[in-house]
Amino acid sequence: MNGHKKSPLWVALLAWTCAIILFFPIFWIAVTAFKTEQQAYLPSLVFLPTLDTFREVFERSNYLAFVKNSLIVSIGSTVLALLVAVPAAYSMAFFPTGRTQKLLLWMLSTKMMPAVGVLVPIYLLAKNSGMLDSVTGLTLIYTLINLPIAVWMAFTYFNDVPKEILEAARIDGANAWQEMLYLLLPTSMPGLASTALLLIILSWNEAFWSLNLTSVDAAPLTVFIASYSNPEGLFWAKLSAASLLAIAPIMALGWLAQKQLVRGLTFGAVK
Amino acid sequence: MSSLSHSRSMPSDLDSPLDPPHQSGRTRARTRERFLPIRLLQAPSVLLLFLWMIVPLAMTVYFSFNRYNLMSPDQTGFVGFDNYRFLLEDPAFWPSIGNTAVLIGSVLSVSVIGGTLLAVLFDQPFRGRGIARLLVIGPFFVMPTVAALIWKNMIMHPVYGLLAVFMRDLGMQPVDWLAEYPMLSVIIIVSWQWIPFAFLILLTALQSLDVDQKEAAQLDGAGPIRIFFYIVLPHLKRAITVVIMIETIFLLSVFAEIFTTTAGGPGTATTNLTYLVYSIGLQQFDIGIASAGGIFAVVLANIVSFFLVRMLARNLKGANEK
Repeated sequence: MNGHKKSPLWVALLAWTCAIILFFPIFWIAVTAFKTEQQAYLPSLVFLPTLDTFREVFERSNYLAFVKNSLIVSIGSTVLALLVAVPAAYSMAFFPTGRTQKLLLWMLSTKMMPAVGVLVPIYLLAKNSGMLDSVTGLTLIYTLINLPIAVWMAFTYFNDVPKEILEAARIDGANAWQEMLYLLLPTSMPGLASTALLLIILSWNEAFWSLNLTSVDAAPLTVFIASYSNPEGLFWAKLSAASLLAIAPIMALGWLAQKQLVRGLTFGAVK
Repeated sequence: MSSLSHSRSMPSDLDSPLDPPHQSGRTRARTRERFLPIRLLQAPSVLLLFLWMIVPLAMTVYFSFNRYNLMSPDQTGFVGFDNYRFLLEDPAFWPSIGNTAVLIGSVLSVSVIGGTLLAVLFDQPFRGRGIARLLVIGPFFVMPTVAALIWKNMIMHPVYGLLAVFMRDLGMQPVDWLAEYPMLSVIIIVSWQWIPFAFLILLTALQSLDVDQKEAAQLDGAGPIRIFFYIVLPHLKRAITVVIMIETIFLLSVFAEIFTTTAGGPGTATTNLTYLVYSIGLQQFDIGIASAGGIFAVVLANIVSFFLVRMLARNLKGANEK
């Protein structure tokens, strides 16, 4: 990028210092998770790592049930959102009309409605339809809040597909479905995969609706961790072990997809 | 990779996602021919988003003009602007507006300034840059409840927290952060999550800056500070605008961090508009007044999104005319 000339040493030192400070709380979670409760209160890095705390988290709480809810809700809502969004993005990218731009901007604007503006009616609707504390209800909500991002991302990736390929296929007599299945999906697969990754990350970490609409049966990990805000949160080793398991997989996915995330997070404005 | 080289060839880092695909006459003819079925593919998305946006919003507006408390469900009826008046007279309302503004303003300043400086730093080549970058963006992927509790219990705890331990080691009196500086504490926690966002977006935008331009300026004898203010900052202007607006939308809805650390307190010290509406609606069960608060939030968000959408639309138009 800047040729291959080296930067002065202080640049590296400063950058690494900033990186370590910002990452430190996460590092500390990871360290504390392998301590016993007694060791957890001492800010020491010298200790014998143990897996006991993890075992205790699994034994004493219904941890796997929360993991299951998080998985169902985030993967379910991502699949649903893509099923609805991909055909829409396909038609907007390849058959644009005068209204396509306005429609896309309108979809974006729905994302800007603050959740709290509809908290009360959604809560009441969920309550009256038996969807309060239900995995289905939460999945539907996440599908709806992620739908605009899914459409926008899929749209920008379809726009990057070279149009010549499609033209050639059409001349060969391919119909719309064949075009989508055999040409478009394979060529835009990396883009759609990173769309799916972003949606999974966003719904895995979503905490406004999960805290307000679920309590026991449908509670995902965000809600389970929040339950440590009572005095039980002072069991640092357990809090850390539960937290580490909740954030590690999603951070790995985020690191893998970091370049593509920018496009999704800015609605394609920066890529 | 291809997207990166693509954006570097553009004159601006914010090239339009709405560039209409180039169509030959043949495709255009076919477009018209199967116009209807193709357009139908958009129907589920449009319908779902329409329902999601219009129905609950209409209900919020309706509730905001009616007396409706879940504790006394028999007393209902149209009350005009009473709910809005009660809300304005609520001693927590104006503090909550102030807290919302302070929270958004502080986190925006910290994350945009910090993110810009970090992006400039990480634009220089140094050993281990890739790994250091992963460490910096890490906090963005930590779920809000984990972030809040780790900071509250393990870092800011007045007796056992790391900050307390270090302050005692330095011979200082430990501070009970969440009790003595509640808003500052929430700002620190939320900023920690949003610096990585600003950093990632701005670094991506920075990497599309023409290297020749910078080198030419260097040859002309411009120092790093002049290069930053005359070349780097103007180049980042639009990306910074995007970051500010997107963060504002999200920061208006900060909830989990407050819910798990301070529950809006002490008093109303960390109650923002979102938390106030939650507490009126889901804790005091006053649907009417909570809905009036929700309408306030919608109006605030709309003012911001008006500018964001207008800017994105201008971008698109600019790109299409090229």
